[in-house]
Amino acid sequence: MSERTTPSVEDPFAQALAAADVPGRSLWTDASHRLLKNRAAVVSGIIMAVMVLLVVFGPMLLPWEPDFTDWDHTSSPPSLETGHWFGTDAVGRDLLVRTLEGGRISLLVGLVATLVSLAIGVTYGAVAGYYGGLTDRVMMRVVDIIYALPFMFFVILLMVVFGRHILLIFVAIGAVNWLDMARIVRGQTLSLKNMEFVEAARACGVDHNAIIRRHIIPNLLGVVMVYVTLTIPQVILVESFLSFLGLGVQEPMSSWGALVNDGAQDMESAPWTLVFPAVFLTVTLYCFNYIGDGMRDALDPKDRL
Amino acid sequence: MKQEGILRHAATRLLGLIPTLLVLITIAFFLIRVAPGGPFDSEKALPPEIRANLDAKYHLDEPLLQQYFRYLGQIISGDFGPSFQYKDWSVNELIAQGFPVSATLGGLAMLLAFVIGSLVGIAAALRQNSAADYSIMGVAMLGISIPNFVVAPLLILGVAVYAGWLPAGGWDWSWQRMVLPVVTLALPVIAYIARLMRGSMIEVLHSNFIRTARAKGLPERVVIRRHALKPAILPVISYMGPATAALITGSVVIERIYSIPGLGSYFVQGALNRDYTLVMGVVVFYGVVIIVLNFIVDLLYAWLNPRIRYDETQ
Amino acid sequence: MTRWKPIWVFAVACLAGLAACGDRDSDVGGPISRRPEPVEMVLLEDGQPDRAVLADQQVVRRGNGEEPATLDPHLAIGVPAAHILRDLFEGLTSESADGDVIPGVALRWNISRDARTYTFYLRRDLTWSNGDPLKAEDFVYSLRRAADPATAANAARMLLPILNAREVLAGELPVEELGVSLLDEYSLQITLTGPTPYFLGLLTNPIAYPVNRRNIEEFGEQFSRPGNLVSNGAYVLSDWVPRVEVVLEKNPAFREADRTIVERVHYYPVEDHSTEVKAFRAGEIDWTNEVPNNQFRWLQKNYPDELVVSPWMGSYFLGFNLTREPFIDNPSLRMALVLAIDRQILADKVAQFGEQPSFSLVPPGMDGYVPFVPEYADWTQEERNHEARRLFEQAGYSEERPLRVEIRYNTSENHKKMALAVASMWKQVLGVNTTLVNEEFRVFLQNREQKVVTQVFRAGWVSDYNDPYSFLELFRTGHGRNDYGYSNSTFDALLDEIGTERVRARRERLMFEAERVLMIDNVIVPIYTYVTKRLVSRQLRGWQNNVMDHHQTRHMFKLRLRGDPAAEPAAPEQPDEPVSAEEPPQAAAEEPAPEGEPEGQEP
Repeated sequence: MSERTTPSVEDPFAQALAAADVPGRSLWTDASHRLLKNRAAVVSGIIMAVMVLLVVFGPMLLPWEPDFTDWDHTSSPPSLETGHWFGTDAVGRDLLVRTLEGGRISLLVGLVATLVSLAIGVTYGAVAGYYGGLTDRVMMRVVDIIYALPFMFFVILLMVVFGRHILLIFVAIGAVNWLDMARIVRGQTLSLKNMEFVEAARACGVDHNAIIRRHIIPNLLGVVMVYVTLTIPQVILVESFLSFLGLGVQEPMSSWGALVNDGAQDMESAPWTLVFPAVFLTVTLYCFNYIGDGMRDALDPKDRL
Repeated sequence: MKQEGILRHAATRLLGLIPTLLVLITIAFFLIRVAPGGPFDSEKALPPEIRANLDAKYHLDEPLLQQYFRYLGQIISGDFGPSFQYKDWSVNELIAQGFPVSATLGGLAMLLAFVIGSLVGIAAALRQNSAADYSIMGVAMLGISIPNFVVAPLLILGVAVYAGWLPAGGWDWSWQRMVLPVVTLALPVIAYIARLMRGSMIEVLHSNFIRTARAKGLPERVVIRRHALKPAILPVISYMGPATAALITGSVVIERIYSIPGLGSYFVQGALNRDYTLVMGVVVFYGVVIIVLNFIVDLLYAWLNPRIRYDETQ
Repeated sequence: MTRWKPIWVFAVACLAGLAACGDRDSDVGGPISRRPEPVEMVLLEDGQPDRAVLADQQVVRRGNGEEPATLDPHLAIGVPAAHILRDLFEGLTSESADGDVIPGVALRWNISRDARTYTFYLRRDLTWSNGDPLKAEDFVYSLRRAADPATAANAARMLLPILNAREVLAGELPVEELGVSLLDEYSLQITLTGPTPYFLGLLTNPIAYPVNRRNIEEFGEQFSRPGNLVSNGAYVLSDWVPRVEVVLEKNPAFREADRTIVERVHYYPVEDHSTEVKAFRAGEIDWTNEVPNNQFRWLQKNYPDELVVSPWMGSYFLGFNLTREPFIDNPSLRMALVLAIDRQILADKVAQFGEQPSFSLVPPGMDGYVPFVPEYADWTQEERNHEARRLFEQAGYSEERPLRVEIRYNTSENHKKMALAVASMWKQVLGVNTTLVNEEFRVFLQNREQKVVTQVFRAGWVSDYNDPYSFLELFRTGHGRNDYGYSNSTFDALLDEIGTERVRARRERLMFEAERVLMIDNVIVPIYTYVTKRLVSRQLRGWQNNVMDHHQTRHMFKLRLRGDPAAEPAAPEQPDEPVSAEEPPQAAAEEPAPEGEPEGQEP
């Protein structure tokens, strides 16, 4: 599955399309048709594509460095004259550049953390579901135990213990989210493993790992993608929560969550520091949710009846 | 048969609580001890003599493993020990004081979210893909898309500072001080429930038994209330387990912005202050609450869904 | 749906209005209707306010930062607890509204010629709030308790000037050997290890407050709970709900009860500065502990009469770790970094609240001491930058071979802004590549102390007592907070001399000399000196700004509002105090408790 998804890792919309392009399967053709008919999802997809382009290339095109402090214009409102179209923050940094840079981090955190949880969750769930029996029961008991752990706490503890490296943020958030994935995948696998083509593969003597890799996981792709698009916005919110606690990314790096949090402190005295990042964040969350919903509707076979 | 299954299931679940808690305690105990810095560090340096006195008083001078077993022993007797930070109170007292607040707020928020979320979700489902559907769900989605640390100060500014209708924060168990926190807590949950409800309702409405019911000529209202509601609400119920746990164990953001003495802040404060006993106490307490809630949800689910049986697994 | 409609209307209106809000000055600034005018203050000849101008209900509601750790005066750490304890207890000495040391329980005292022995004569007719007489033996008992290793009091370090205190704390001598002795029922003698000019000031701290022996023996560790606590100050503890409020009632047994006007004080723990200001604007508290960082201009515009800013005896600076590259034996580099920052900008645009740019360690105004001022203080920033570049090159760095350095700070909005600004200035002037490392408080402290990973780090100091020595001693070789790894025998020798010098002028000269040595060695990057900043209701008077930022409620009173009848019967609609119904506060994370007294943590 990794080969199939890596090229489009940066862009979930492309990912969705890439997945939809998988040839020769009527399910996918049908689904992509239905997805393209869902106006909310399509518009969201386009907006997200634009957003990704903006966030990736925008900072290169702007005259300001993200860490440049313009002492003549600290906390200045949006203005064309000063060249700070979104205004500046308390130490005179250009908010437009910071918002775009923050978007890079937020989207990156969203994607990477989701992929981390995906990697763990899919493998775990597929193995448990495929082998079944005692393996399954033990593995699912472990999931049950972990479920009872207050996970947000562990994320906070981890941040406290190991400092706030951005990699750790990915891993910590990712590690929180894999449980649901494991459960969903296990369920799907249980129903898949008795299907004819899997039986056939097994009869041909293909070994278990290969079956899981080649037959089970690709067939889970639909569920997984829906999950991914719906998890990304959650992860972005979790990151913003960490920023609220002061445990987010390290300055001068920023994220939408951190910017929105800073802005929320000064919402009356410097409203622009809240409004712009908040709009970016909100629009992105909306889009991911609409895309996710759209994909779920599109992939849901019941609708075809 | 079914009764017995549920009982057996309950017994296993309760037994499962013990290893879970043990894992939880162990991880949390060593994790917080690994964290750099100790409870008595401060910017005013402590002379070594005083440091030694403090360590001795709280048994921090013993080997870690010994402290671990001391702690386990303590917990078995139901005592979480004294707080390192809030010296005048025991952790038990702090939890006893913080949890009812968090639970009340969380419970009310969940109730509000459940009622409004379900109604909104059903309303949207009945008008699937209409303009009304889109706008209802669009507004609901706002709840998920705006972080609560933005919503909360906005509400305070509007409702408390400018309009002066409600207090800006604080706590005295009066309904006035509960309104804003409950609303803030409920908003994202309303959105989730509305989406879940809408999705499952649409699915149920397309299913065969509803078609049969309709074919029998039952009025739509009856069809929905009598036949569609129960199965459609199942996914919402299973979502509500963890969601309720998250809500009633306190939200750091809400507690901080509204100045509410709930449980969530104790954990964060405890972790930052290396208040070992307080962190551990809250973590263990949370673990129990989550397990119990999941258990209740399981039972509720089984009661609502006749197809689930607890005697044998797939 | 209908139930939450108004909320949505609000949320949407607020969102929509936000963009406009900030600049639309005139009508912003809170509900005018609830910012009523107090009447003119009229003082009588004895300094007391005229009864006619006083509000009927004398209840003060103070925002108080974090939840107090404990109300046991000896175990208490942190500013919030100290605020409350100053209302509850009175030591041998006390403080006037402007922060001067005045007689407290002791009516007068004698200091021996060698300045090592203090004899205190207590007022005779004082009682505890439970009616017990207050005598000299209470102080002997209390000071011994404070120094007892079994008490394990954090703040006992402040007792170290007392003879044998170190040995007692270490458990090497019994507490009876502490240099405190009972002379008779109403007098006692304290012997010190050396002349300590600030000793009378030290005695105003909670660690030196008396505690009631019977009270402690009866309730043990729970003696400081409401209902149990016996105190001797202007107020008694009436209620305490953790993280909700601490309520104090006037103590009728207090020696100046008839001059104490405020009947009840509510202390609300509100950690979030924005929340605190909102509660103030909604009329729920009279006195905030803090105000948010970036909002000076906004507050000044909208709350000019309520915003109170005043110098505080603290310095904000960065420290160099002298035990690590690139700073080992590299004074030119350190000097270059010290010169290359524009303190005027840092004070005006980053700190914002009237903090004074600083070129040395000790803040001005400490007990008459005039701090050392280096030569470059008089230069223009251009000249400083020029010299900085020269020294930078001399140290072997250039555009091609840029310096890479780390600034480490603990999580806080203020520290973050300051670190960003300094990094940006170093980059603009010298081309230094600075990495910012933000750490959670305890981690930060430990790293500082270990001196293994730190390079440049956020430092700062707010003194416990009004004496420059408290700043200088931080740099003594081997001091527990000497995180700089600074060790200079000349400097240490000067400190030793200060410790034994009895003549004030000579002592000041020695301190000046020590500060000069320190500043020439460029151990720190001075940035600014602290201010306290808060919003205070215009109704609340009687308090005065002071460098200690100590404000006892007993000096305060509340003015009647304009339009309220001056006659007795309480006007029904006073926005004054709907009594206990109004609590704000409580909060959560961000910054961990700055332990110890007012502390380098972020004012």
